[in-house]
Amino acid sequence: MEAGALSAFLAMGGYAAYVWPAFAVTAVVLIGLLVASVRSVRCREADLARLRAELREKSEDPTGEA
Amino acid sequence: MHRYANPGRVLRLSRTLVPWLGAATALLIAAGAYLALVASPADYQQGESVRIMYVHVPAAWMAMFCYAILAGASAVGLIWKHPVAELAAKATAPIGASFTFLALLTGSLWGKPMWGTWWVWDARLTSVLILFFLYLGYMALHSAFDDPARGAKAAAIMALVGFVNVPIIKFSVDWWYTLHQPASVFRIGGPTIDASMLLPLGVMAAGFTTYYFYVVLLRLRAEIVAGKIKALRLRQVYG
Repeated sequence: MEAGALSAFLAMGGYAAYVWPAFAVTAVVLIGLLVASVRSVRCREADLARLRAELREKSEDPTGEA
Repeated sequence: MHRYANPGRVLRLSRTLVPWLGAATALLIAAGAYLALVASPADYQQGESVRIMYVHVPAAWMAMFCYAILAGASAVGLIWKHPVAELAAKATAPIGASFTFLALLTGSLWGKPMWGTWWVWDARLTSVLILFFLYLGYMALHSAFDDPARGAKAAAIMALVGFVNVPIIKFSVDWWYTLHQPASVFRIGGPTIDASMLLPLGVMAAGFTTYYFYVVLLRLRAEIVAGKIKALRLRQVYG
């Protein structure tokens, strides 16, 4: 893209201050929610795996309290 | 329907669908953004500011779509004690709240240059603000009780009562005098906007819809796993 064309694109016909924030906030909110959701799945699945491993250890150890 | 009452089946379904939904979402939103920002024409009245429409309108549609799912899943959870439906409602609420927030914020950014104001207390804007508070209220009520089952029930009832707001939002532009323009896509007699604008709008709306299913399946999986952890902990203590 030419420099003139790029700056015209970025200027958005004088509405740059409204168009770009609208798209930027949409991207930030949607990506933020996605990242938070992926993290919570990973975190909980790791917790579950740890808990299952713990329970398995206890059931294999007859002197254990469980 | 009852096949999906089984959380294990839902977990497997989620694992299969999530990668495809993620890929579809990325492709559709990337294509939608290109069409919205580069390939589509400026409006003869609104100039380049019309491009805000391509995020504002799909976000507003999704805000109502998510609420319909929230209310529907809450009803199924209340009536049939369907555990996955309850969790689906809980998983939907933050996504719907995010879309409602985006509809309000991008609407404000569009209103300033076009109407000369960030906000007016008219029927459409006020009813969407109430929708946002309904989502926040649902999430607050869900976690307000020591007994999570009571919280889920109270929040589900609130979601059902609040559903009355959805037709109010849809028809607010017809029932009251408002600054907000009337429907130009989902109206009797078909869309009135040009195909060059309908295409980016449709692609972006499709991308937002696959985004919803992508994120709700992830959140649903997190809820189901959290339930399993709780059950194991109880067995550890009492078992």
